[in-house]
Amino acid sequence: MNPILSVRDLHISFGGVKAADGVDLDIYPHEFIAIIGPNGSGKTTFLNLCTGYIRPTRGSVIFEGRSITNQAPRTITRRGIARAFQIPQLFTGHSLIENVMLSVAAQHGIWQAFRPLAHEAYRKKACEVLDLMSLGDIAHGPTANMPEGLRKLTDIAIALALKPRLLLLDEPTSGVSTAEKFALMDTIVGVLRAEKVTALFVEHDMDVVERYADRVLVWDAGQVIAGGPPQEILCSSHVLERVIGIS
Amino acid sequence: MAYSGPSVFGAFDMVVWQLLALAVAAMALPVAVPWLGFVITVAIGKGLAALGVAMLLRGGLISIGHALYVAVGAYATAFLMLSVGMNELFLLLVCTTAITMASGLVIGAFMARYRAIFFAMLNLAISMVFFTLLSKLYNLTGGSDGMRVATPTVLGVTLDRTKFDLVLQFSAVALMVVVALLIDRYLKSPLGEALTAIHANEVRLEYLGVSARGVILAVYTISAALAGLGGAITAVAIGHVVPELSYWTASGQLVLIAVLGGISGVPGAFIGAFFFELVRTFAADFVPDAWNAIVGVALLIVIFFLPQGLYGLLQRVKMRKARL
Ligand SMILES: Nc1ncnc2c1ncn2[C@@H]1O[C@H](COP(=O)(O)OP(=O)(O)OP(=O)(O)O)[C@@H](O)[C@H]1O
Ligand SMILES: [Mg+2]
Repeated sequence: MNPILSVRDLHISFGGVKAADGVDLDIYPHEFIAIIGPNGSGKTTFLNLCTGYIRPTRGSVIFEGRSITNQAPRTITRRGIARAFQIPQLFTGHSLIENVMLSVAAQHGIWQAFRPLAHEAYRKKACEVLDLMSLGDIAHGPTANMPEGLRKLTDIAIALALKPRLLLLDEPTSGVSTAEKFALMDTIVGVLRAEKVTALFVEHDMDVVERYADRVLVWDAGQVIAGGPPQEILCSSHVLERVIGIS
Repeated sequence: MAYSGPSVFGAFDMVVWQLLALAVAAMALPVAVPWLGFVITVAIGKGLAALGVAMLLRGGLISIGHALYVAVGAYATAFLMLSVGMNELFLLLVCTTAITMASGLVIGAFMARYRAIFFAMLNLAISMVFFTLLSKLYNLTGGSDGMRVATPTVLGVTLDRTKFDLVLQFSAVALMVVVALLIDRYLKSPLGEALTAIHANEVRLEYLGVSARGVILAVYTISAALAGLGGAITAVAIGHVVPELSYWTASGQLVLIAVLGGISGVPGAFIGAFFFELVRTFAADFVPDAWNAIVGVALLIVIFFLPQGLYGLLQRVKMRKARL
């Protein structure tokens, strides 16, 4: 099987910090991959590089066989990669459902000047996504002062509404209470499996990683230092020492 | 699960009624006080331009140079009459709007790269360059004396000035309603809502695959066209165009009217413009030289107590009623 995403020799540094120092990896269709690593090891930077938010000084990113290196986020999004953010990025002037409807409308081309955003077709698709994420009850509420957990969910709903083929999630369970983490991940994984979306998620909670990831990649100082099935990786003393700080 | 969100058509209806009420007021006032007809016509010209500025404000963009497009419209009308010999009112309005729209598209392609203070200052800079050109190119523009604009024909008929003013006033009112309804639709469409989205989070919008620059270029072009149409109406109403139309104080007035009226709905710009022009007119009669202070105080009241502008006040009253 051909990889859906291939990254080769990716480099970027900020001042003296090497945030990506020769990252190489292949991700295959329908995989659900966890990225773990200490704070500041370059996990978010990797997502930024893949989606064109920052450009690598060296290396390449290939999505579905075509290069997306140095392309703008909007171009990469249109190619089929969506992203949810470590710090949720919402349209705080709009209600929850409007946030998702904007995402739905964007897919059909934003150049619609006479059809309302709240058009039945957009509304229906947005509702489907909100129901999947169990956000239906607060669909018409404002997003400006939502609690962090809901902001996180909304951010993911916006990304899912784009119907991506590859979804990048940056710490989906941060800000979500321990009690709700598994429920949230069950929901996300359920949606991804149903829609056949390949996904990559950055995660700090090893219980979540162990339970949901097909494969784990370990980041350290801008490099992938290990990769493999969770049972194997989470038992490696080397990894535990670097990532979790136990020796 | 079924959602019953706020009905689009309900909201649309409300704006229709508000605009019709405004239109009735704009026609009725001059019946009582005939010379107010001119004030109303000029106010609608300003309201159209202020609506353009208000649309940009929804995207978080302040243009303090939009009088540029009022001047482009006014001078385009003057030149179309003088050099091209175009004399028909409605043709003039259409052609002028098209010309201003084209100028907005060209300048907008450059402006759409900038945000915040840079956007504001660049608009100001270009409007001031245009002002200087209008003032200095004496042979072409008549310099600071400006250009005379004759009374156009209406559907081929030559009218005396009184009749023409009346026709112009009615046409302006009709244009206000039609244009406002079109803009209302646009603002509620994905392209229009994307504008508010840019204000909140441009990065997220790009991550939806949308070009924020494209969205801004669209609104900029439309806002220029509106200001141009306003400029054309002003030119034929006054019968004279001067470089001051493009002066920075005129641009400041447009921002003031937009904020005063409120940017949350299309009627706001016109409410602001009527208020502004009426205060100015009456204050000039009763308390000469004090109108600036009156408008200033009104603006302070709006900023402190009515962040949604005068239009927001109207909506608040509506909401109270609805809750009973
Ligand atoms: N745009 C930027 N400008 C300057 N430095 C940056 C930038 N982005 C990231 N860095 C630096 O690069 C390093 C990696 O940051 P990154 O955000 O990728 O870490 P991370 O692995 O996501 O950490 P965390 O677990 O805390 O989210 C950090 O030292 C960070 O300060
Ligand atoms: Mg991070």
